[in-house]
Amino acid sequence: MSVTSIDKDFENLTLTLIADFDAPVERVWQLWADPRQLERWWGPPAYPATVEEHDLTPGGSVTYFMTSPEGERYRGWWRISAVNPPKSLEFVDGFADQDGTPSDMPTTTAHMQLFTHDGGTRMELRSVFDSREQMEQLADMGMTEGLRLAVGQMDALLTD
Amino acid sequence: MDQLFHALADATRRDILRRCGRGELSVSRLAEAYPMSFAAVQKHVAVLERAGLVSKERRGREQLVRTDPDAVSRARAALDELEATWRGRVDRMARLLALDSGQETDNPTRGPAR
Repeated sequence: MSVTSIDKDFENLTLTLIADFDAPVERVWQLWADPRQLERWWGPPAYPATVEEHDLTPGGSVTYFMTSPEGERYRGWWRISAVNPPKSLEFVDGFADQDGTPSDMPTTTAHMQLFTHDGGTRMELRSVFDSREQMEQLADMGMTEGLRLAVGQMDALLTD
Repeated sequence: MDQLFHALADATRRDILRRCGRGELSVSRLAEAYPMSFAAVQKHVAVLERAGLVSKERRGREQLVRTDPDAVSRARAALDELEATWRGRVDRMARLLALDSGQETDNPTRGPAR
């Protein structure tokens, strides 16, 4: 497995993921910097992504849509806040309506860094929900239905 | 937030969430459970309260702390969702990188995977 560690911080709604790849930093950076490569990993296989705009400069945007098996399109966008090729990228990650207007779905801010490590590349990715209110809306919308746990299950919930 | 405080305190605050999930507990009872001052425990509780994970109620001379299980499970579910998304992406990235070295000759008509 490529994922080396995962940390979930409930207070700051932050996921920190560390992954190790058997490839040089420049090559891993290409997965982000080349839109044709980005398309091949961003969306799940059943919802392939098509990247339209791809401008990795501060203030620039990436826009894309993912196509469902039924042919529906789900649009998303990034707003680039910082970029330092081939080492780091920071962006706000959100969804959009059909016409490309940012939707009121929760946004997250992703901070991605690449380091040379053990002859390969270590990728550290931090993803933070930008607001607790939005995150809770998402949870209430039923995306997480079935995951609501009773107080009695609190132990299992907090120990792993 | 002070990052160092945050890093050192994570285990303590998870423990506070767990204890106060079984029923409300006073800050002084909590303070007995940890090798730290009442003020330090109060600070941890305040962080959890700001994050919306516990509520605090004053009853007489006691401050009672109670975990909000819904808030905790919502945060948990949202972070689990994010984790699943990124694990999938990392797996696909690793698979793409593996194509570089392995399978270029398997698809001569498509040229090397780039």
